[in-house]
Amino acid sequence: MTYKPILLAIPLLATPAVADEMWISNEKDDTISVIDIETLEVVRTIEVGERPRGITFSKDYSVLYVCASDSDTVQVIDPESGEVLHELPSGEDPEQFVLHPDNRHLYIANEDDAITTVVDTETRTVVAQISVGIEPEGMAVSPDGTIAITTSETTNMAHWIDTETQELFANTLVDSRPRHAEFIKDGTELWVSAEIGGTISVFDVATQEEITKIDFAVDGVHPDRVQPVGFEMTAGDTHAFVALGPSNHVAVVNADTYEVEDYILVGRRVWHMDFNADRSLVFTTNGVSGDVTVIDVASREAIKSIKVGRFPWGAAFRPTDN
Amino acid sequence: MLKHLLASAIFTALCGAAMAETLEVPLVWLRHAEPERPVLSNLDPIPEDRGRAGAELGLADNLTTGKFLGQDYSLEIIEIAAEDDPLPDARAALGRSSFVVLDAPAATLLAIADLPEAQGAVLFNASSSDMSLRGADCRANLLHTKTSFAMQTDALMQFAQAKRWTDLVMITGNAPEDADFAAALTASAIKFGLEIAQTKPWIFDADMRRNAAQEVPLFTQDLADHDLLLVADVANDFARYIAYNAWEPRPIAGSEGLRPVSWAPVVEQWGAAQLHSRFSDLASRDMTPRDYAAWAAVRAVGEAVTRTNSADPATLRAYLLSDAFELAGFKGRPLSFRSWNGQLRQPIPLVTRAALVAQAPLEGFLHQRTELDTLGIDQPETTCTAFD
Repeated sequence: MTYKPILLAIPLLATPAVADEMWISNEKDDTISVIDIETLEVVRTIEVGERPRGITFSKDYSVLYVCASDSDTVQVIDPESGEVLHELPSGEDPEQFVLHPDNRHLYIANEDDAITTVVDTETRTVVAQISVGIEPEGMAVSPDGTIAITTSETTNMAHWIDTETQELFANTLVDSRPRHAEFIKDGTELWVSAEIGGTISVFDVATQEEITKIDFAVDGVHPDRVQPVGFEMTAGDTHAFVALGPSNHVAVVNADTYEVEDYILVGRRVWHMDFNADRSLVFTTNGVSGDVTVIDVASREAIKSIKVGRFPWGAAFRPTDN
Repeated sequence: MLKHLLASAIFTALCGAAMAETLEVPLVWLRHAEPERPVLSNLDPIPEDRGRAGAELGLADNLTTGKFLGQDYSLEIIEIAAEDDPLPDARAALGRSSFVVLDAPAATLLAIADLPEAQGAVLFNASSSDMSLRGADCRANLLHTKTSFAMQTDALMQFAQAKRWTDLVMITGNAPEDADFAAALTASAIKFGLEIAQTKPWIFDADMRRNAAQEVPLFTQDLADHDLLLVADVANDFARYIAYNAWEPRPIAGSEGLRPVSWAPVVEQWGAAQLHSRFSDLASRDMTPRDYAAWAAVRAVGEAVTRTNSADPATLRAYLLSDAFELAGFKGRPLSFRSWNGQLRQPIPLVTRAALVAQAPLEGFLHQRTELDTLGIDQPETTCTAFD
């Protein structure tokens, strides 16, 4: 710490390269904790709307979108100042969303309304509302932007939305309480986690047929408590890191064989996660313990726990060097 | 693995036939009213639509899922006054539907389950915690989504054991259901290695709203030393007036204080807040345990129809009682039916009026099948033979 002023005094570093950041939404604190990825410490805490859950940056990282669930709005935040620039109409109780590759349309799950709302972030208007199953949550858009997915927790389905017409073209059953969806392998596969079912369903996107299901088993933890929720892929989509909720573990799944290779102990009720720039570190949000676990991807070991706000929910990476 | 193969097979079948034709699934919710007990306090009126609103929410949930799968549900509501014979209406209803959710006293449940028209139907007990219905008087066509007294009292005794509150005393009310609850508390205490050293029947008929501060200290003065004071008063007629007025400053539990319940507004985790929110949008009040039981019954049918794409009662009953069935019940674990007596196994929240204190099964209470089976009557001890 004491060396820092000296470094800053060197003229060449007059505008020092700020380290990349990990942004964490704290559901029960109405704040976002910003973690410096170099020092692994919380460097800023930003006040946002009520019950922030889903968070994501625009493709150019110029703004942050936050689902302020209990404020019934999506807030648009300047990541430099932490100020709320404006709010977007979101439908009621927005929980989770995904930004379309066009960097313009947000697909938002309205948990209390059984609706997916499509918002144009430029005109700040709702362009479509699509009726889906009860308690929509997981959201994904295919890399080519043609398909959006909403999973509904109580209806237990993945709903396939044609982004051209904004209409459903398929509904596929998954196990109980689907939570999160991701297109992987260049959009050829869709993975959907089912919290209560304890599985990830893998779909062939071309046919919407199920290819396989991935099971999880943590030593010493009853299967009922092994509940896959959020997951993210390592570089090249070779492995998935899967948050297993109240089992307090993250699974590492080989994306080619669909086999689980490792389980890593993290904080309590691990929920979502995101990677740093080169995907060498993953940051998991642990709701009950109120912290973030940093996992070294290569060694598959938890290297640090970072205290954040109450009930951390979402994580979003922000590069600052470019 | 088998489970997944089965699910995949069903899934494939669904994809092929999903939208082809609509599968109709008619359900009935039938209440035979119980004579209401007068209670001292006016603070907790029994909602007119208790139970029914839960069934209606279950229907709404099923309909949303069904519309994507070509499955259509309906719910017929039948309400019968306490003094009227429920059997004619029940007979007629069973002619129209094989899935009947019952909100009725134990005797009515048995009478309906024994009707010739009910053989082959799937009935749900969404109201009674009576132990004999899960034991010697069980019926193969009667499943139970309401928790039994034993499940609730086992939950409480796990908590007492975990806290090392080993010395217990109990005050019991005078209603028959109070005696049943007290018997379950006593049995659960023994099951978890605790002892109820003394049981004292409640004797007052005075209005405790005015007298509690004078009467309760004297009434409780001669109780044996204890860590926890149990009160068995299912209607909460007098239990609420014991708190803070007892001779010894000890926590109270059972019907007041720390209560083992199947559902309460204070259960907020595991997505429960969404269920509460959907329920209060529908009914403009809090969701009671009976609403939860009725909701679970209707949802169980919906879940089984979704997974089997069948409305055949025999097919659905077999699926409901199989290992493949699981219901997301907003209590953190999948719910399923016990194959030996048709009881829906489920976690039991231990609550105060303002917060969830703990949820049983508590950590450390282990079971070879599922920890949920540490709550209530387990397979080796059941006296039910109808499910063999």
